[in-house]
Order: sequence, then C-alpha cells, then structure tokens
Amino acid sequence: MRHDLVLRVVAKLLIPFILVFALYVQFHGDFGPGGGFQAGVILAAGIVFYALIYGVDTARKLVPDWLVETLLASGVLIYAGVGFAGLLLGGNFLDYFVLDHDPIHGQHRGIFWVEVGVAVTVSGVMLKIFYMFASRGRLDEEQDKGGGDA
Amino acid sequence: MALTVLVMIPTRNLFAVIVLSGIYSFLMATALVALDAVDVAMTEASVGAGISTVLLLGALYLCKGEEAKPVHKPWLPLAVSISVAALLVYGALGLPEFADPSAPIHQHVVPRYLQNEVDVPNVVTAVLASFRGYDTLGETTVVFTAGAGIIALLRRRKPRDAQP
Repeated sequence: MRHDLVLRVVAKLLIPFILVFALYVQFHGDFGPGGGFQAGVILAAGIVFYALIYGVDTARKLVPDWLVETLLASGVLIYAGVGFAGLLLGGNFLDYFVLDHDPIHGQHRGIFWVEVGVAVTVSGVMLKIFYMFASRGRLDEEQDKGGGDA
Repeated sequence: MALTVLVMIPTRNLFAVIVLSGIYSFLMATALVALDAVDVAMTEASVGAGISTVLLLGALYLCKGEEAKPVHKPWLPLAVSISVAALLVYGALGLPEFADPSAPIHQHVVPRYLQNEVDVPNVVTAVLASFRGYDTLGETTVVFTAGAGIIALLRRRKPRDAQP
C-alpha cells in the first residue's frame, strides 16, 4: 500500500481533518455529542490510518513508543489528579464545585480536565494495542527469515 | 443487521467475517442515531467499525485466513446461548414501554440530572463526567488496565537463543 499514489495523497488530505475533528469532539463535548472517549478513539484512528498508509515504522517515528506509554498512564493520573485537587481544595474526591470561585466554572473546569484524562488514556491504549499487533507480525517475519526454527 | 449476522454464521473466510462485522457496527450506529443516542452511535462507529476492524485485520495477518473446523459438536454452547437469550427476552418483556415518561428510571435521579445544575448543555457529558465521575474514573482505569495487560502479554521478548 505504501506505493499507491492515490491512497497516499488522499491520506495526506484527510488526516489533518481527522485530527481536527478529534479536537472538535473533545472540546465541543460539553455542547454537542462527543467527549473524551470518542475524541481519543478518533485521534488514535487518525494515527492508525497514517500507519496503515505510510507504514508502522514511519508512524513510530511520529508517535514513538515511550510517548504512547506515557500517554497511557498519564491519562488516569490526570483524572485521579482532578479528584485529589478537589480534596486539596476542601471538597470531596472528584468534587468539581471547589475548583473555582464560581461553582459552575469549577464544574466546567473539572469536566474539561476529566475529559482530557479520558481522551489521553484511550488514545494511548488504542495506539499501543495497534503497535503491539503490528510489530508482532513483523517480528515473526524477521524470525522466519533469520532463524527458520522460530 | 439480522441479515449481516445470518451471512456471518456459515462463512468460514475470516476476512469476510471481519468486513461483515464492520458493516454490522455501522448499521448499529445508524440504529443508535435513530434512537437519539448520538454519543453512543459515535463510539460505536469509531470503535466498533473503525479501530476494532483494524485490530482484527492485524490479528488476521498473524494467523490463517480460514476458520478451522470445530473439534466439538456445538450443541451444548448452542443450548446455553439460546436459553440465556430466552431469559433475556423474557426479562425485556417486563420492562416499561420505550420512552415511557412514568418509567421508574425517569422518576428517581433523572429530574435532578435534567435540572442541569452544572450548566453543561450536553446532559450526557454532564452525567458521565460530573454526576457519575467515579464510574468514569473506573472505566478509564479499566481501559488503562487493558492497555497494560496487552503490553504484558505481547511485549517484545528477547530472541530465543539468548535465553538459557
């Protein structure tokens, strides 16, 4: 697929829109359909699309493994961090009303960060699973070529 | 949708099965849009039809494209799934009418959710992230655990001759 001109050009045209749509779903989740989970999946789908067209190695250069693993863990930490921020500011765990002087703004801020956490974890996990499957196939091929007994 | 499933059952070519399940997911997303559940429809379209199709194709790349003949006769699993389905249908008959405003679920906490004291126009987001924040934290942890499990299972091992 790497040498198909049509696919490469179409992918180049589409991927920015996919990524922007992910951001739209993320930040417009308060007003329309969408939210962290959907945004994370769409973001990951954009990068998976890139990997399908341009090869997993190119995608790995763009979004390296350590970044994916960091994303995977930091999303949960952001979410739990919002909870503990509520505790530190004198509320209950995951109590957003205390995050700002105005309780409504506090709610908005809390929901925003929670959604960011969800999106970060989901996109990290989806990408990691994809990378794992993709690289496993290639590893087997290398072993077949090299050893023969693998 | 039923047609898709019926075609899927006798098919032995796994590639066709994967494509059919993607079609099923898109039809499911359409049904969810018709039910006004746009958030769920979006998730179904992106996860069910998008990512999981890609992952299944990736898994197919690692194994053979034809399904093997089953070793055991399918009668016991078939009986179990039919009886469970019958139980579920029997239970669903006792549910209140679809969109019945006097259903118990609409009497308990829904009025408070819909008052929308958090002032977020999308009620689904408000319920998910604020009222049910604990649940969503749990879900995020589940997703994280799935990722960690995949890493633990498929982590690139050292070549065999390096091991004792």
